[in-house]
Amino acid sequence: MAVTKTYAVSLVGLAGTIIEIEAEISSNLPSFVLVGLPDASLSESRDRVRAAAQNSGLALPGRRVTVNLSPASVPKRGASFDLAIAIAILAASGKVISDSVASFIHLGELGLDGSVRAVPGVLPAVLAAKAAGWAKFIVPLENLEEAGLVEGIKVFGAKTLAEVSRFHGANLVADELALHKGERPSMNQVAESDLDLSDVIGQDDAIYALTLAAAGGHHMLMVGPPGVGKTMLAERLPSILPALTFDESLETSALRSIAAAGSRKPIPDLVAKRPFEAPHHTASLTSFIGGGASLPRPGLVSLANHGVLFLDEAPEFQRPILEALRQPLESGEVLISRTAGLARFPAKFQLIMAANPCPCGKYDGNGRACVCPAGSRHAYLAKLSGPLLDRIDVRLKLHLANPAQVALARLGAQQLGRSSAEIRARVVEARDRAHRRLRDTPWSINAQIPGSYLRKNLRIDSEATAMLEKSMERGQLSMRGYDRCLRMAWSNADLSGREKVNAEDVAKAALLRGEDGAGSW
Amino acid sequence: MNLKQDVGRYGEDQAAKFLEDRGYEIIDRNWRSNLGEIDLVAKDKDRLVFVEVKTRNGSGYGHPFEAITANKVARMRRLVSDWCITKQVSGVKVRLDAIAVLITGGRVHIEHLKEVF
Repeated sequence: MAVTKTYAVSLVGLAGTIIEIEAEISSNLPSFVLVGLPDASLSESRDRVRAAAQNSGLALPGRRVTVNLSPASVPKRGASFDLAIAIAILAASGKVISDSVASFIHLGELGLDGSVRAVPGVLPAVLAAKAAGWAKFIVPLENLEEAGLVEGIKVFGAKTLAEVSRFHGANLVADELALHKGERPSMNQVAESDLDLSDVIGQDDAIYALTLAAAGGHHMLMVGPPGVGKTMLAERLPSILPALTFDESLETSALRSIAAAGSRKPIPDLVAKRPFEAPHHTASLTSFIGGGASLPRPGLVSLANHGVLFLDEAPEFQRPILEALRQPLESGEVLISRTAGLARFPAKFQLIMAANPCPCGKYDGNGRACVCPAGSRHAYLAKLSGPLLDRIDVRLKLHLANPAQVALARLGAQQLGRSSAEIRARVVEARDRAHRRLRDTPWSINAQIPGSYLRKNLRIDSEATAMLEKSMERGQLSMRGYDRCLRMAWSNADLSGREKVNAEDVAKAALLRGEDGAGSW
Repeated sequence: MNLKQDVGRYGEDQAAKFLEDRGYEIIDRNWRSNLGEIDLVAKDKDRLVFVEVKTRNGSGYGHPFEAITANKVARMRRLVSDWCITKQVSGVKVRLDAIAVLITGGRVHIEHLKEVF
């Protein structure tokens, strides 16, 4: 008998491989053989497919059914192949038209009653298949919006196996497949949140630092006593960041789609908000970086892609986690090697860390309220290693708001020019300016510029940097610290709407740079 | 004889007729040993054909072939060698077939699978 084919996608990381699913029915006693490196959950597909077909009025033939998943060397896992396997077998038994079946990618899990259930990873699978030249897809109805985010393809959503079979020419009564209309959510508006920077009382320096961090994409460390507003500030950073672009949103949505495995929560539409991930300090290394027993899944650093990763009480995090952040901070992605292959997950997040100044948290001002033994304060902040701090441009000490400011706020005084919307407008303008300046380079924000390029190609008047050079001569400033100052000085110039960096920019940057040594807070 | 055996017997008769119509020569029926039973032994030119017949009245219990399990197949193989020893047959080519007899609404439908074991 004829061999029929249809297609599905196997994902490792965000990279997908097109899997050819061949079915053959031979004259032999009934059995169902599934070959081509399926994992345990995929092997169970046999029983789901048999029951689903039976209950859709399309019983499998009482013969030997052989299904091959090719290429056999690519590991395949999960239930998303069910639909393609069922359709290939129905085509082999002549119930549906095999030419029609062979031109589609089928994704979906089958229920025993013949329903088609949502699967994780539909968006990256469709993106990968489109890149491989495929244009026609049938996905679970719940994943239709997600698959429809990809432009230039034809995608249908299915509720039941019977619908898909009828679509491919089976002679039975079922609903029509839902065709995606091709409408995509517009990415131009920023998703409003109820967190606004005008909620923060006082802390003008901190808000300025946060604005600068947003404009230049700089990573940031805030050190201050409990209750000073570190978490409040960090939570409001996404509200002053520019809206996600379509491509950024697509990438982040694809990552979230893979991470949805297990939770069975299809991504209804594009991630419109900048992600904000604030893990607890007991989180495991794997949950941070990504991983999994056989097939890697993205971790928090990838879920925060194009958004903010906030580490509250940063010194309390396990040392290996903090050190593991260095690779994604440097390269913007994580590589995870497992038996199923090498997965590459984007992880372009903005890191915001908050820490108490000492274990008791009361070291502020003259430090008299602090009850920590001498040395423990130093040891506490020294948990943040030098190489990690090297990658943090903005280091800010916060102090308790003074009573006058608190009193003013209590009277309802509005802080002018401090709403998130106003600040975001300035940030967007500053980023545009930086983008124009860096248009011939691989970078788009100031934080990404390497020191060598900075010093060679973005020259600053020596008068402006005289102060920094003096500090370097005195040994108060390292070369790396110097570069960080230059990057922030550019961000400050961008925010001020100037094309050149002046001495004021440099002075402000020097202030925000903080100290080089970890313990000298 | 109860109804179930009646149906089985009827199915075997139908299968034997089906084979004879196609030029097979039936040489043994319902041969028993302590392992079990061979439903039909037929001769197809120079080949000995051992046939397991499954009969179903209605399709409520699935396809008849689905009732032939791996265990059943293994037992059939032993039965075949038992039969050959008892009948002192050697040096012949053998084949194991399965025949499904489906009785639905008074109509008989026969399916024949060759070389199944």
